[in-house]
Amino acid sequence: MPSRRLLLRASLLAGGGLLLGMRLPGLAHAAPAGAGPFMPNAFVRIDPHGAVTLIMAHTEFGQGVYTSSAMLMGEELELGLDQIQVQAAPPDLAKYIDPLLYDQATGGSTSTRSDWMRLREAGAAARIMLVAAAAKQWGVDPAGCHVERGVIRHDATGRTLGYGDVASDAAAQPVPKDIKLKDPANFKLIGTSAKRIDTPAKVNGTAVFGIDVRLPGMRFGTLAITPVMGGNVVRMDEAAARRVAGVRDVIRVGDGAVAVIGDHMWAAKQGLDALDIVWDAGPNGRLTTASLIAAMEQASQHPGVVAAKKGDASAAIDGAATRLSAIYQLPFLSHSPMEPLNCTLHIQAGQAEIWVGTQVPVRAQKAVADATGLPMEKITVNNHLMGGGFGRGLEVNSIGLAAAIAKQVDYPVKLVWTREEDLRHDNYRPYYYDHVAGGLDGNGKLIGRTHRVTGPSILARWAPPAFKNGLDADAVECTAETPYDIPAELVDYVRQEPQGMNTSWWRGVGATHNLFVVESFIDELANAAKQDPVEFRRGMLQKNPRALAVLNLAAEKSGWGGKLPAGHGRGIELQFAFGSYLACVMEVEVPASGEILLHRAVIAVDCGMTVNPDTVRAQMEGGLILGLGTAMYNEITLTDGAVDQSNFHDYRTLRMNEAPKIEVHQIRNTEAPGGVGESGTAAAAPALGNAIFAATGKRIRRLPFGNGQLQGS
Amino acid sequence: MMITLLVNGQSHQVDVPDDMPLLWVLRDVLGMTGTKYGCGIAQCGSCTVHLADRPVRSCLLPVGSLNGQAVVTIEAIGDTPNGRKVQQAWLAKEVVQCGYCQSGQIMAATALLNQTPKPTDADIDAAMSGNICRCGTYVRIRDAIHTAASA
Repeated sequence: MPSRRLLLRASLLAGGGLLLGMRLPGLAHAAPAGAGPFMPNAFVRIDPHGAVTLIMAHTEFGQGVYTSSAMLMGEELELGLDQIQVQAAPPDLAKYIDPLLYDQATGGSTSTRSDWMRLREAGAAARIMLVAAAAKQWGVDPAGCHVERGVIRHDATGRTLGYGDVASDAAAQPVPKDIKLKDPANFKLIGTSAKRIDTPAKVNGTAVFGIDVRLPGMRFGTLAITPVMGGNVVRMDEAAARRVAGVRDVIRVGDGAVAVIGDHMWAAKQGLDALDIVWDAGPNGRLTTASLIAAMEQASQHPGVVAAKKGDASAAIDGAATRLSAIYQLPFLSHSPMEPLNCTLHIQAGQAEIWVGTQVPVRAQKAVADATGLPMEKITVNNHLMGGGFGRGLEVNSIGLAAAIAKQVDYPVKLVWTREEDLRHDNYRPYYYDHVAGGLDGNGKLIGRTHRVTGPSILARWAPPAFKNGLDADAVECTAETPYDIPAELVDYVRQEPQGMNTSWWRGVGATHNLFVVESFIDELANAAKQDPVEFRRGMLQKNPRALAVLNLAAEKSGWGGKLPAGHGRGIELQFAFGSYLACVMEVEVPASGEILLHRAVIAVDCGMTVNPDTVRAQMEGGLILGLGTAMYNEITLTDGAVDQSNFHDYRTLRMNEAPKIEVHQIRNTEAPGGVGESGTAAAAPALGNAIFAATGKRIRRLPFGNGQLQGS
Repeated sequence: MMITLLVNGQSHQVDVPDDMPLLWVLRDVLGMTGTKYGCGIAQCGSCTVHLADRPVRSCLLPVGSLNGQAVVTIEAIGDTPNGRKVQQAWLAKEVVQCGYCQSGQIMAATALLNQTPKPTDADIDAAMSGNICRCGTYVRIRDAIHTAASA
């Protein structure tokens, strides 16, 4: 990623502190309509009493971004992590846009890539101005001063001043134009496994997630949404609900949602049950998963928009000594973060305030504005820690609905979705229906491949300007471009939106989808070529040393090629996703029962410059486990238009007794940082599928792997 | 009806239905939000508290059934020797990611150590498999329990 030159602008805070605002020229072309050509940002606040706050554009939901971003800023501000507070930024697109997402958003493993330059430059600029202010006060040359742990010291005289002492004066200092960042050789924080700053509160129950917010006079609500999209309430027993002790209000939003509000969640839930709502399913009442798949299958028969073309792949395959083709399918998935959907709101005449964990604060503000008619600037959004996100927090339909409910009462209300309502009204990871084909020459060399992706476009709805010429770059991510050198390739994309379902981003986005297809099929081709899967990949990586290095490292550390007992198998996958290289070897056992026993995972990762190696390791471990459980168990299905699954008993998560041993090996270098929050998740299904094939000889092309597909293996 | 609860060594009088799950009494009535709602059907373990020193799922536990037995929650588990060891091991091993399930994980792990001071991996599987973590922190939870056990 090109480094961006930042211009800084200083202004005085009302409290007399120093606020650094930034502009990022050259982003205007990528900005939504209406934004100006320069975008001021503000990340550093230093109070007169010396407290240093990182105003945090990105949301923390476990990926460690509060810590890694504080490390970036603290490195240049010469502070310890213990000296930095982190405060969630308010919605302010101009200041807190993620330049890789064109929005104030956290997702797509972009946070470190976005903050890598701007937070270091923000820290460095602040330090330069603070030192200048101290030097001016002393009447000395700033070059003769240095900073340690926020204390400015004049070396010759030994005089010292704290950041707080000079915060007000610093604002009057000229903004440095050319900011020289530290030589990585001098990093004190970056590259260390510094302890996370958000964890102490998370082990003693004091961390406040959105669902934990408490306000004076607050009441508690829960809701029922039509089980079938487009359905409506036929009748309900409002009087019965009101007879439940503690129930205060029954609120309808159109015909499609009903909330009950009471003195506590239990009253609200009992009241909701007492309503005994009878729904009419509406026009989607006959939908089934099979009917949605049939529509995709039909759409996939016709050529799509070309995403990548190299040579004449079809001709190469037609003339190949060995030809292979296959259909791969991936199911609808729910996000199901551990913290169920919730939103706390107080909507009054002329103003509103909400408390919620969201990955998109500006969209949250807009959702409330749309639901209430209030202007954006009258809506305060207090962003919170999220109990998982996995992409669910990139959508705000729940917040809009919450506002439509809360505007009908005059008190603050916390609305909490039951797990069942959350799981049945998700914006699901789409179903994908993919055709792949490949041809091998007489020596077993891959000479051509085609991949037709059929699925909806989340991008077209979420970021319309990014959906160009009918092509959804996310839908073809990791297949339009692979690490391999293949002489002829054709990747095309057929857009097919499912009826009656909302879809959205899910952890690993395009990579999670396409790596399963591409890396499974590469394994199929290796098998057809009678080659070892690692050898087969190596043969296509001679121009890609970083990819080859992670492949070799994972193979070596896993004992690739070593003998395993009958019924056991190893599978490998390789990826370049989110700017990081990764290879994963899974070792599994599949007994005759068809169970999948996960014994061991070995990951080799090269994410370039690493901010916090332990966070990288944690993301690999956790991301992989989410991906494994999902690949083994999860699919959302429809019957008569309604989602069949409802809770963690029928939408399973991998459990302690099922988790494999995981080794993570990191290649450290000074390449530009890549994302790591989704890589492990994206690696899981292909590595597992290839291991299952090695163990059983069965190639599973339709996720999840369970569902009886392996019985009698 | 008025119910007397003993939570973290303190007595509370609450006026709630006796079929109300302890979870919602803790969170919505007493304002102790460290105990989390995850599923409501005892499938995820986020709501785990100790009742008379045993780990229980507070989301399905009617508050009228407690009969004065002592409840301990995440807010006070650090006052017990094993609870403190577990919290310290959680920090030392950097277990936590989003943190939402971790109150329940810590309560379950502390209960395990109270029963089995030196748990084997099989003991950990048996005691901890009722607590799910969507961030996938299991590898570190296992490691941290062994660390706490040897502290």
